[in-house]
Amino acid sequence: MEETAKSGTDIKGLIKSLPPAPFIIGGFWVLVLIVAAILNMPWVWLISDSLQRAAIWGMLVLAMVPSIQSGTGPNFALPVGLCGGMLAMVTAIQLGFTGMGLLVMAAGMAAILGIIMGYLYGVLMNAVKGSEMAIATYTGFSITAVFFIIWLAVPFDNPFLGWFIGEGLRNTIALGPMAANQVLDNFLMFEVIGLTIRTGTILVFAVFCTLVWLFFRSKTGIAISAVGANPMFARAAGLNVDRSRIIANIISTSLAAVGVVVYAQSFGFLQLYDFPMWMAFPAVAAVLVGGATAQRAKVIHVVIGVILFQGLLTTVPPVFTEILAGADMTDAARMVIQNAIILYALTKIRGGGK
Amino acid sequence: MIDSRNDFASRTRAFLTNNIVTIIFVIFVVAGYLSSPGISVSGLLSEVISRFFRNGLLVLALIIPVMAGLGLNFGIVVGALAAVLAIIPVRYFGIGGMGGLLLCFAIALPIALLFGWLTGKLYNKTRGQEMIAGIIVGFFAEGLFLIFVLFIIGGVIPVAAGHPMIIPRSVDGVAVPGVGIRAAFDMGAHATHPVAMRDPYHVPGLSSAMDFLWRIDFTVALFVVALGVIAFLVIRRVMAKKNKAIKKSTKLVFGLKCGFWGLIALLALHGMLMPDGMIFWFPGAGFGFQAPASPIAGTGMIPVVTGLVILVFSLLTTYFTKTKLGQDCRSVGQSQHIANASGINVDRTRIIATMISTVLGAWGMIIFLQNMGTVSTYTAHRQIGMFSVAALLVGGATAAKAGVKNAVLGLLLFHAMFVVSPGVGRLIFGNELVAEATRNFMTYGVIGLSLGLHVWKTRKAAERELSLDAFDPPPPTNGNGGASNGEGGDSSIKEMLNAPSNATADTVE
Amino acid sequence: MAQNLLEFRGVSKNYADNQVLHDINIEIKAGEIHALIGENGAGKSTLMNILFGMPVIHSTGGFEGEVCICGEPVKIMSPHDAMEMGIGMVHQEFMLIPAFTIAENIKINREIPKENALNSTMSRIFGERMKTLDFKTMNQDARRALDRLEMSLDEFALVAGLPIGYMQFVEIAREIDKTNTRILVLDEPTAVLAESEAESLLSAMRKLAAEGIAIVFISHRLDEIINVCDRVTVLRDGELVVTKDVKDTNVIEIAELMIGRKVSIGKEDNEAREISDDVIFEIKDLHVAMPSERVRGVDLKVRRGEILGIGGLAGQGKLGIANGVMGMYPARGEVLFEGKPLPLNRTKQVLKSGVGFVSEDRKGIGLLLDEPIDDNIAFTEMSIHGNFLNFLGLCDSKAIRENALKMIKDLDIRCTNEKQHTGRLSGGNQQKVCVARALTQKPKLLFVSEPTRGVDIGAKKLILDLLRSLAQDQGMTIIMTSSELAELCSICDSVTIICEGKVIGTLPPDASPVEFGLMMSGICTSALDSENVKEGEVAQ
Repeated sequence: MEETAKSGTDIKGLIKSLPPAPFIIGGFWVLVLIVAAILNMPWVWLISDSLQRAAIWGMLVLAMVPSIQSGTGPNFALPVGLCGGMLAMVTAIQLGFTGMGLLVMAAGMAAILGIIMGYLYGVLMNAVKGSEMAIATYTGFSITAVFFIIWLAVPFDNPFLGWFIGEGLRNTIALGPMAANQVLDNFLMFEVIGLTIRTGTILVFAVFCTLVWLFFRSKTGIAISAVGANPMFARAAGLNVDRSRIIANIISTSLAAVGVVVYAQSFGFLQLYDFPMWMAFPAVAAVLVGGATAQRAKVIHVVIGVILFQGLLTTVPPVFTEILAGADMTDAARMVIQNAIILYALTKIRGGGK
Repeated sequence: MIDSRNDFASRTRAFLTNNIVTIIFVIFVVAGYLSSPGISVSGLLSEVISRFFRNGLLVLALIIPVMAGLGLNFGIVVGALAAVLAIIPVRYFGIGGMGGLLLCFAIALPIALLFGWLTGKLYNKTRGQEMIAGIIVGFFAEGLFLIFVLFIIGGVIPVAAGHPMIIPRSVDGVAVPGVGIRAAFDMGAHATHPVAMRDPYHVPGLSSAMDFLWRIDFTVALFVVALGVIAFLVIRRVMAKKNKAIKKSTKLVFGLKCGFWGLIALLALHGMLMPDGMIFWFPGAGFGFQAPASPIAGTGMIPVVTGLVILVFSLLTTYFTKTKLGQDCRSVGQSQHIANASGINVDRTRIIATMISTVLGAWGMIIFLQNMGTVSTYTAHRQIGMFSVAALLVGGATAAKAGVKNAVLGLLLFHAMFVVSPGVGRLIFGNELVAEATRNFMTYGVIGLSLGLHVWKTRKAAERELSLDAFDPPPPTNGNGGASNGEGGDSSIKEMLNAPSNATADTVE
Repeated sequence: MAQNLLEFRGVSKNYADNQVLHDINIEIKAGEIHALIGENGAGKSTLMNILFGMPVIHSTGGFEGEVCICGEPVKIMSPHDAMEMGIGMVHQEFMLIPAFTIAENIKINREIPKENALNSTMSRIFGERMKTLDFKTMNQDARRALDRLEMSLDEFALVAGLPIGYMQFVEIAREIDKTNTRILVLDEPTAVLAESEAESLLSAMRKLAAEGIAIVFISHRLDEIINVCDRVTVLRDGELVVTKDVKDTNVIEIAELMIGRKVSIGKEDNEAREISDDVIFEIKDLHVAMPSERVRGVDLKVRRGEILGIGGLAGQGKLGIANGVMGMYPARGEVLFEGKPLPLNRTKQVLKSGVGFVSEDRKGIGLLLDEPIDDNIAFTEMSIHGNFLNFLGLCDSKAIRENALKMIKDLDIRCTNEKQHTGRLSGGNQQKVCVARALTQKPKLLFVSEPTRGVDIGAKKLILDLLRSLAQDQGMTIIMTSSELAELCSICDSVTIICEGKVIGTLPPDASPVEFGLMMSGICTSALDSENVKEGEVAQ
């Protein structure tokens, strides 16, 4: 029935096969930037800020790739990894590490916690095949609530962690006293035409992108992709579908755990309590903006997506504030764009029969 | 064939696994109550009952989509948004009292129908992923809603300068029409509110407009309800004797039920007649005793009209299941494929179910807000979906099965959990601050746990059905190796032929 | 003689260039039980799809000729139309909701509303669908339908938990409860039934026919056809071979008519090959839970270097054998490969021990459609033996490409280049990619299922030649499962026929069509005396 495509229809088919999201969102972003330039706003600074935010969100978005590729769907349970990373960081601070040592220690512990929690999460996702996304969302919410209790109950006595009075850890822990704020940001930082390039953070993101890209060229990585693309095919080739999905979720969770360490150093503060709750949705939206679907994602989608999505979120508020004379539409606009993208991706999931 | 002890054990296990969520909550509430010396029975009841009437309709709104196979309609949030959109103009023009409230219901209806239709369309496009789509569509609608209340109102729709609901703006010290609704606005005091009573020019508001129409004491209400339930049980038993298709309960169960509700009625009577206890002394006999104070007296007043509205919608929901549309919903919920092959318009049925749910959600939200008395414009709707879903699940519902019973039980248990969670926090962590976190954890946890358990059980059942043993059990290892599988199956079917009613009695149960 | 209730007049149907029905004329009278038989692809299901106005017919350009009911040409554009005209169908796959009662299932979407004041008010405001239902009358109707079938089932029992045989009766009850049902189509109704149940079904059919309902009976069980039917129509390759009165024919004749004389595809060297007696592969009492292709105790021996064909009608379990051995579906039994036991339900071990597998479901299981040819070919070998990886454990694109290029050349895969996605290849070339992947694994034993399904004639021959040469030149042992008897006979050294999940017998490829036909109907030819066979041939 299907024939080898003729070259004429090939180009049309190619255009059709291109994901629309990056072009729509990208076009919109460029439009906003042009408006900013017309309004004589510091658009170079806006771009620089966009890149900065893209770099710190990068690893959290990268965490989407393994879980999507394995067929588990976007990792709506990102808070699982985030909480692990946060616990690792708090522990490293408690142990008295500072500066780069703190980050390395925290990242190491985060990775280990990510592996343990990712394993458990992977087992859960295998048990609930078919409804992963809704249950992952509530797994994320639940783990946030559990850690809410942990932050209140954990007996750490480092003065920078606790409140001046009372029990429990602080809501926001400044990393300045530990000399760990913007450690990566300031590494090899340079400026070109007013653009501040925070080399360290971008480099870390780039390294992890490369690692994930390489992983998906290894035997295990290829197996994970096959499991996600067609579980029956994978079984016929002798692969263990459940095991592959667990490995993918371990990697995803670990990336999120390490990612939150990078996020916190660049931000300069480590936020606890409710912070992880709503982090999954922007990350999911970002990878979808980059051209991924709920069933296929590549590293390139992460890079494009996180720049476009964070760029848009960084640029829109100041520009709209300028136009609308003071009204702040950031939250509303972010909610509309972010969730419209996720909804669009949900309508494209194949096999939604019965 | 199966020895009865084994059967009892497996039944107990099945009961535990099927009701694990409810059981966890019962244990939680009991433990919480015991470790909260500050809470009296009437105090607990008072809190739980007021929340019951506040949230009742919102939880009922979830039942029909479950029946239609859409799972738990997290998208009920869009109904809540429709309610806020309806209240805004009514409050803006200061229309109060029951009339104002009815106007809110009327305005909310078309908005909710439209929103429900759109949500239903979306659910049809995200088949199999309705729940996550419902969660996300709530967030999406919130974004649009924020744009509307923050920028369109005042920005596009003109508003009066200095209106208390609008974020104020002034140019050179002169008030000009502002843009956007304030973060919170009140529903306006009810006519019987002390402040309103003192003010001869008071314009009645929407606050408690329904609740305060008619209130009676809790003990009276409980007495009436208990008598009603007993009457219902008796009538149903008489009906069941006539119609063999209605499942009959045993005499023992019937007696236990009647006894239980009789005790409740006595308890209520005790609270009505001698709330503070009473000393009985029979001088002639030289004998007397003291009746203790009623534990349930002082629970407070019950909003009768709100209660009746919830009752009416409970009955309507049950009525709906007995209509053609209800039957179609059930068919679609059981198998879209078979429903479609039988000529039922599956997509349309699903959309109607979503629309009904959204409208009930909107009306439920209006009742919720008139009870609360203030509207947090940007956030009031946020927790609605989650809390309603959690309450229904606590009552023993699943993503595939829910009824009015689950809603009632769930509302009581879930809100009791809210009240006692500081006690649990102290019990486990020695810290009452954990209460908030415990509540959240219980809410999210119950949703995650019961959704997860349901999917897991469904998958296991499907696997069992596809397993080798389901259609082709291995030959018996003990003795009689000669009997082939075919004969084995044959004889069991013959058995069923001989005693069909026997077999069906098992399956009905 | 009664008038013709249902008539097909000159019905033809093409799917694209492929003619699947050619000028079919059938007449069916009221009260007649009419058997319709034919191999897979003979056109039975297409004919029934036309009768039911299935969307698949009308979305592919409709059909030629006409369908007449009571002598009047009718247009059946949807299953709903068919229902309106009194045509009922009992599908092979049950259309029952387990959580509903039998009565609810019988009355699905034909529920009876109560007529009372409340309902008329409700329906005036909210529409017809808000009427409450009259469960009492519905239960009574269901009772009546069940009584017509002489079933003593409780009409308010749930379907869940009923023995599978009873579900068949509930399905039939639903169809005859439709007041105007005049024509009833039963598609393999006895396949799932135990013998006693089948017997009561047949008697129920006779009863319904006596009431004047015309029954179209599709079955592979020839003895049942002889037993219950009035007339039989045989379809073969989209053509009507003959319609006969059952009393004028016999099992043997029908079997032969069904199979016909097949033209072998590309078998030049017709002489039997010398095969050693060395058994390389042995199956003992294999059971496989593959839905709709269940295996219920198969024993099989395969000699080294032979091509063994596995044939049989669809749904009889032939496909389950390969899938069960490969661990795609739960299986039980004993499998010996080169004298050593193979673990069941362990795909990886089976592949590792040198067994290759080309699945019957090319697009669903055989290929990653959105991935390039070269990755598809290398995939299994990489995951089984860890080849095609470089020293870092990453995939070695160069080795993968070279292997793919070699395979493309050897197997003559027509593609733009080795990076083309397999989803864009034609069916035959997709099949070659599947074979190439299995060959990359260098298997000693190869399972090939339905290798020519959805492949055009030219490519068919290429694939069959390829399999033949693998066996002849490289000494590979091949177990080929196919629905097409002709291709089995053309390249196999012997053909085993599966019916109802069991081996019926093994025949040489040049055995007579009668023998194949009877075996596919579950009748072992050795049990018949040879005179009967001859008689059958004469009758034809």
